Amino acid sequence: MIPEIGHFALILALGLATLQTLLPMYGIWRSRADCLAVAAPAAIGQFVMMGIAFVALGFAFYANDFSVAYVAANSNTQLPWFYRLSAIWGAHEGSLLLWMMLLAGWSLAVALASRTLPRDVASCVLAVMGAVSVGFLLFTLFTSNPFERQFPAPMEGRDLNPLLQDPGLVVHPPMLYMGYVGFAVAFAFAITALITGRVDSAWTRWTRPWTTAAWMFLTIGVTLGSWWAYKELGWGGWWFWDPVENASFMPWLVGTALIHSLAVTEKRGIFKSWTVLLAITAFALSLLGTFLVRSGVLISVHAFATDPTRGIYILTFFAVVVGGSLLLYALRAAQFEAGREPVAALSREGLLLLNNIFLVVAAAGVLLGTLYPILADSLGMGRISVGPPYFNKVFIPLTAPLVVLIGAAAVMAWKRTRADVLRSRLWLPLIISIVAGVALPLFTVGTTAVAAVAGCVLGCWAIVTAFEDIVRRSRGRRVMLPRNVVGMAIAHAGVGIFVIGISLVSGFGGEHDVRLAPGQSTEMVGYEFTFVGTRHVDGPNFVAEIGDFIVREDGRQIAELYPSKRRYNAGGQSMTEAGIDVGVTRDLYVSLGEPLSGDAWSVRIYHRPFVRWIWAGGFISALGGLIALTDKRYRRRRATADKPVATDRGLTTATA
Amino acid sequence: MRWRLVLPILIVFALIVLLGYGLTRRPDILPSAFIDKPAPAFDLPTLASDQERITVDDLKGRVTLVNVWASWCVACRAEHELITAVSRRTGVPVVGLNYKDTEANAKRWLGRYGNPFAVVAFDPTGATGIDWGVSAVPETFVVDAEGIIRYKVVGPITREEMNASLIPKLEQLKAKGS
Amino acid sequence: MRALLVGILMLLAMSAAHAVDLQGEELARYHALNAELRCLICQNRSIAESDAPLAQDLRAIVERQIADGRSDAEIKQYLVDRYGKWVLYDPPLDSATIILWAGPFVMLAIGLLVVFLLMRRRRGAPTASPPLDRERLDRVLDEQARDADPDSSEERS
Repeated sequence: MIPEIGHFALILALGLATLQTLLPMYGIWRSRADCLAVAAPAAIGQFVMMGIAFVALGFAFYANDFSVAYVAANSNTQLPWFYRLSAIWGAHEGSLLLWMMLLAGWSLAVALASRTLPRDVASCVLAVMGAVSVGFLLFTLFTSNPFERQFPAPMEGRDLNPLLQDPGLVVHPPMLYMGYVGFAVAFAFAITALITGRVDSAWTRWTRPWTTAAWMFLTIGVTLGSWWAYKELGWGGWWFWDPVENASFMPWLVGTALIHSLAVTEKRGIFKSWTVLLAITAFALSLLGTFLVRSGVLISVHAFATDPTRGIYILTFFAVVVGGSLLLYALRAAQFEAGREPVAALSREGLLLLNNIFLVVAAAGVLLGTLYPILADSLGMGRISVGPPYFNKVFIPLTAPLVVLIGAAAVMAWKRTRADVLRSRLWLPLIISIVAGVALPLFTVGTTAVAAVAGCVLGCWAIVTAFEDIVRRSRGRRVMLPRNVVGMAIAHAGVGIFVIGISLVSGFGGEHDVRLAPGQSTEMVGYEFTFVGTRHVDGPNFVAEIGDFIVREDGRQIAELYPSKRRYNAGGQSMTEAGIDVGVTRDLYVSLGEPLSGDAWSVRIYHRPFVRWIWAGGFISALGGLIALTDKRYRRRRATADKPVATDRGLTTATA
Repeated sequence: MRWRLVLPILIVFALIVLLGYGLTRRPDILPSAFIDKPAPAFDLPTLASDQERITVDDLKGRVTLVNVWASWCVACRAEHELITAVSRRTGVPVVGLNYKDTEANAKRWLGRYGNPFAVVAFDPTGATGIDWGVSAVPETFVVDAEGIIRYKVVGPITREEMNASLIPKLEQLKAKGS
Repeated sequence: MRALLVGILMLLAMSAAHAVDLQGEELARYHALNAELRCLICQNRSIAESDAPLAQDLRAIVERQIADGRSDAEIKQYLVDRYGKWVLYDPPLDSATIILWAGPFVMLAIGLLVVFLLMRRRRGAPTASPPLDRERLDRVLDEQARDADPDSSEERS
C-alpha cells in the first residue's frame, strides 16, 4: 500500500510541476497576475508530494519490503538501518528520486523567498524549475520507477553494493546533489533574465546567494566524495579523474566562474550575457553529469548500473533543456551587450575576467579529456584511454595561474588600481609566502623539489594574502567586516590549504607492496609497521579477516591499525577496508591484499603527507561560501524588496 | 544575431551528436590489437599429453577457431554448447587455449561437458594468453589459413552473434582459402 | 552485473600475489608505470589499483621487465602490441591525440586573446567622461547609497 502511495504522490507531483510550469508561463505571456500567482503554491505542493514519495520509499527500505523491486535489489535484512535508509539513493532509481526531491526543495525555498522578488520574476523562475522537474518526473515514472512491485516478493534482498556501505553514502550524495540541483536555481534566473530582458543589479543580487549556496553544497559534496574514495577504494588515492568525478568537477569549475562573474555584473553592470551563459552552462554540466553517470557511454569506477535507453531519454532531455536555453540565449542575449564598458587590465573586473577564462578553459579541458575516448572512437582513431597522467599534465598549468590571481583579489579595486598600490601591498605577503613555501616542504617532508616548493609557495600566497586583507581591513574598525568580504577571504585561504595538500601528497607519499607473515615488520619513511596477525570477525552482514598492525616511530608505538578484508554474505563480494592513522601532517594507510602461503598476506602500505589538507581546504572554502551567504546585504535586500523593482511590464509586484 | 551568441548552441549540438554516437557503442568491448595481424607465436604442450606440443605453425593451412577458456570460467560453460555448434556447422576445427588452469580441473571439465576441441593447448601460467592480448576469458579468435587473425569475439559467444557474424565470417574465409 | 562477474573471477582465480623485489629507483619506476597502465577488465582502474588476476599478471610482467633492464617505453610498447593503446592512461602525442593535447592550450590562447582585445579597446577609446545612461546613473546612486553605510561597503579605492 505504502509504495502505491509513493507512486501516486509522484504522479501528483508531476501534475503540480506541470501547473507550476505552464500557468506562470501563460501568465507572463498574457500579463495575467492570477496565473503568475499559481507558481508558488504549486511549488509548495510539489515539494509535499515529493516528500511523501521519498518517505514512502524510505519506509519500504526500513520495513524490508522486498516486494518493491528496487528495495529487493539494493537492500537486505542484515543491512544496518542507517544503510537501509541511505540505500534509497544507492542506485539509479532512488538517486533520481533524491535528485527530484532536492529540486523540489530548492523550488520550495525559492517559493518561500519569492515575496521579496517581483512576482513575474519569482513566477518565471519557479516555472523554469518546474519544467526541469517535469522532465525528471517523466523520466522516473516511465523508465525508472522506484516503486515497481515484483511478485512473488523474494524472501531476501540482494543487498546494497558493498562499496557503498560506508558513512560516506549517508552524506556524500545528498550534498553533491544539493549542489548539482542548486545550479537549477541560477539556471532558472538566467532563463528568466532572457525572457524578461532584465539583467540589472537587482537581478544579480537575487541570483548571487542562490548560486553561492549551490556552490557551497557542491564543494562539500565533491570534497566528501574525494575523502570517501580515499578510504573506501583502498589504494590511497584521493582523486582519480574518473568520468564520474569529472562530471561533478566540471559544474564546480563553471559554478566558481559564475560566482565571480556575478560579482562583476553586480558591481559594474558588464559581462551580462557572459554571466547568463555561465549560469546556463553550470546547470547544463550538471545534467551532462547525470547523463554520463547513468548512460554507460564511459567506463567508470563509480557508475550506476547503466542502460542505453535511459541514456537516450536523458540525452533528449538534455537537448531540449540546454538546446532550448541556448536558442533563447542566441535570440535574446544581444540586448545585454549594448553599452559595454572597457575593462582595465589592472582592475578587479580585469582580474575576474582572467579568472573566468582560466576556470572555463579548465572545465573545457576536463570535458575534452573525459569525452575524448568517444571522440577518438567516432573519428575512427581507435580506442584510447585518457587518464590521470593526462589530466595532471594539462590541468596544473591551467589552474596554477588562478592561484596567483587569488593573491591580487583583495587588493585590486574596481575600475582601476594603480600599479604602485599593488606593489606596496603585495611585496610583504610575497616574501612571507616564499619563505613559508620553501620552509614547509623542507621541514615536513624534507624536500626542495621544485614542484613541491612551487606548490607550497602558491598555497601560502593564497593564504597569506587572504589573511593580510582581513587584518588590514579590520584595523581600526569598530563594527564587524561585511560577511561577504570575510567569506571570500576564507574561501581563498581554503584554496591555499588545498593547494599545499596536493603539492605535498603528490610525489612524496611512500608506498610499499610487501609480503608479511605474522610477527614480521617493514619500515617506511621512519615508521616501522609490524604485522601481528589476522583474526576472524563476523560483522552484521559480512565476515571479515582483520589484520592487526602496530606502528612504531623511533621504537615507540604510535598507532594500531586494523585493515580488513570483508566478504559480504549476500553477494559474496570481497572488499578491502583500509586501516588509516590520521594525522595533520601525514596519514599512514595500510591495506590488506591477498592471503599468501602460510599465514602471510600481501600488504600495501602508504605514507600520505598532508593529505588531510586537501579536504580541509575544500571544507574551509565551503565555509567561506556559507559566511558570504549570511551577509547582511542579502537579508536587507529581502526586507526592502517590497518596493516595486520592475514595473515595466505592467505587472504588480508582490507587496503582500 | 552575433556569431558569439550562436556559438554555444553549435558547441552543444556537436556535443549531443557525439554523445548520441557514444550511446551506440559498448565502451567495455575492445577490438583486438591483432586484427589482420599474424597470430602471436606460441609453443605449448597439449592438455592431452606433455610429450606433444602445439605451435602457432599448426594453425596454418586452414581456417581455425581459437577459443580461450578455463574450467574456473563461468561464462565458458555458457558458450560451450555454441562453440560445439559452430564447429559442427562449419567444419572449422576449434583449438582450445586452456588459460591459467590446472590439468586435473581442465580434464574434469572436458569430461563433464564434452570436448569440442580438436586439440587443447595448455597454458597454466597464462603467458601465451597475455601474448594473445587476452583480458578476460572466454575469448574466441578466428585465424585464417595464412595464420592471420581476422576476427575476435570478447566474452561468451551469443547465439545472435554466432549466426550474424561468426559463422558468416568463417564461411567467407573458408571460401577464400579454397 | 559485470562488477559481480569480476568479483566472482577474483574469488575463483587463486591469486599469484607476491611481494615485489625491486629497490630504489626501479621500485619507483614500477609504481609509476603501474599507475599509468589501465587494467583491462576493471571499471576504470590502473593495474596499480586493482587486485584482479589480470592486473596482478601485468604487474608481474612490469616487474620482470624492469628487472631485465627494459626501458619504460619498451614495456609500454610490449603491452600496446598485445592490448592496444587502450592500456595507456597517458596517451602518447600522435595524430589521434593532437586535439586532446593541444585543445586546452589552444582554448586558453583564444581566451587570453579575447581578454587582451577587451583590455586594449580601452586605450583606443576616448577616456574622457563617457555618456552616462539612466540605468548606469541609477546604479551609481545605488552604490553610493550603500557605500555610505559602513557595513555594506565591499570595495575600497
